[in-house]
Amino acid sequence: MTITTAKDKTELFAPAIRAEIDRWVAKYPPEWKQSAVMGALMIVQDDNGGWLTTQLMDDVAAYLDMPSIAVYEVATFYSMYELKPVGKHKICVCTNVSCMTNKSDIIVEHLEKKLGISFGQITEDGRFSLKEVECLGACGGAPMMQIGKQYYENLTPEIVDAILEGLE
Amino acid sequence: MANEVCLRTLDLERPWLLEQYQSRGGYEMLKKILTEKTPPEAIIEEVKMSGLRGRGGAGFPTGLKWSFISRNAPGQKYVVCNSDEGEPGTFKDRDILRYNPHQLIEGMIIAGYAIGATRGYNYIRGEFWEPYERFEQALEEARNAGFLGNDLLGSGFDFELYTHLGAGAYICGEETALLESIEGKKGQPRYKPPFPAHFGLYGRPTIINNTESLASIPMIIEKGGAWFADIGVKNSGGSKLFSISGNINNPGVFEIPMGTPFSELLEMAGGVKDGRRIKAVIPGGSSSPVIPGDQMMELNMDYDAIAAAGSMLGSGAVIVLDDTNCMVKILERMSYFYYEESCGQCTPCREGTGWLYRVVQRIEAGQGRQEDLDLLDDVAGKISGKTICALGDAAAMPVQGMLRHFRDEFQYHIDHQRCMVGVG
Repeated sequence: MTITTAKDKTELFAPAIRAEIDRWVAKYPPEWKQSAVMGALMIVQDDNGGWLTTQLMDDVAAYLDMPSIAVYEVATFYSMYELKPVGKHKICVCTNVSCMTNKSDIIVEHLEKKLGISFGQITEDGRFSLKEVECLGACGGAPMMQIGKQYYENLTPEIVDAILEGLE
Repeated sequence: MANEVCLRTLDLERPWLLEQYQSRGGYEMLKKILTEKTPPEAIIEEVKMSGLRGRGGAGFPTGLKWSFISRNAPGQKYVVCNSDEGEPGTFKDRDILRYNPHQLIEGMIIAGYAIGATRGYNYIRGEFWEPYERFEQALEEARNAGFLGNDLLGSGFDFELYTHLGAGAYICGEETALLESIEGKKGQPRYKPPFPAHFGLYGRPTIINNTESLASIPMIIEKGGAWFADIGVKNSGGSKLFSISGNINNPGVFEIPMGTPFSELLEMAGGVKDGRRIKAVIPGGSSSPVIPGDQMMELNMDYDAIAAAGSMLGSGAVIVLDDTNCMVKILERMSYFYYEESCGQCTPCREGTGWLYRVVQRIEAGQGRQEDLDLLDDVAGKISGKTICALGDAAAMPVQGMLRHFRDEFQYHIDHQRCMVGVG
């Protein structure tokens, strides 16, 4: 195992990323830098096109003085971390009960047909990936999906078309 | 009698702004407590008297929970808010965070004062980006107005509050898993005891309450515990936010008195879609056992009434299902959820949730065997009460409820290799 010395830390990430991670570190007691791991992983994931490489996880570990394995545990436990490349737009569709009974299957079918991919896949041009997710707490707007940070509710195939056309 | 507590500012333009909250007396209770140096015990007493029970789903009395903290024990203590809203069907805390974040902040500061904590964290689920930004903006406003920081309003009381953002894990709604998650670990529940009141966040005394519970505090202090208790019924004080979804015309969040008849709630939500028949209701989030529609129409929405019908009020997440739904398919989806979300720590849950899902799936797919119904009962029974946290029970209860009330549909699937819904 390589031990990264404190001196190297400034070289781990770009200054803007470091500043963002440090904002999370500052929220917790000084001896609990590890608490910032979830925030840090999300920051470096967003900066890397939406997924985490082993190198990035190791860098986060070094930056927060954690064993790499402790970072892998977190990255593999939570569903919002991606360990493989995703599309520029990660489309997360809820299929849990309230969405299901409001015909989320039609939304899923429409997206699969339109994009030519299934859950867990990326379009060839890398623009879109599809992911099935559990209840996102917006059941009043079922069926719903999340793209990036945005929720889209009360979906129909036509609304989905309009949303996708509006994306960069 | 609607929107009197957590949603009382909903009629205002941009109700999430500090000035709007203050236009309805926001932060006045905090100011009063700090200026008058209200004894903390008196606050806890008021909360006890209110009959407020944990709004996340467990229904544990909030005031009692607070009284477990040794206020004068030396060292850091924490107030933690559970905004990891994830019980399928629940979407009320999202509205509190989006529309009334300051009332939650005020509630958390008062909670801190009552238990002698000077730091708080609000754990918001990672997918809730918009609510997170609203809450962060509110924190900034509160800090600038002197409601957060050191020596609040010259009282000598310090309180700082931060947001922790989750990253997708239902189990983090379990309070000790949530604490683990703030500590930067996998969200796996801890053995209890010790309870968080003695060994909580970073091993320090901690109270952890749901968003709605904490956001109710300022009104309980303003109008009194007795006022709050009187809104509701015996054993179910106050009003409650009900998230109602499924096959209905006007789904949404309704803040109404505890004990309101379900039929009234259904009417507020516009009734069943397309004028169809109500077949079943999941009354308190997907973990709560299903109740047949006819029976539900006779029930009131309070802890005791729903418990007497063999289910739970839970988080107040009401999922209405009409007669086009196949209950085997509904259970298959719910069982998949618990299988997917089991943290893997306890064998009965890790293995049992997979068993439940696979057996329900094969019945749904027309490959069920006669002995499968007993097998489901057996597996569910072997998970219940045999795990560290309640996720195991949450996985078992929907199975038991479905078999209790809709066994004939499962039997039909096994006998005919197809669904009885939509056949006629």
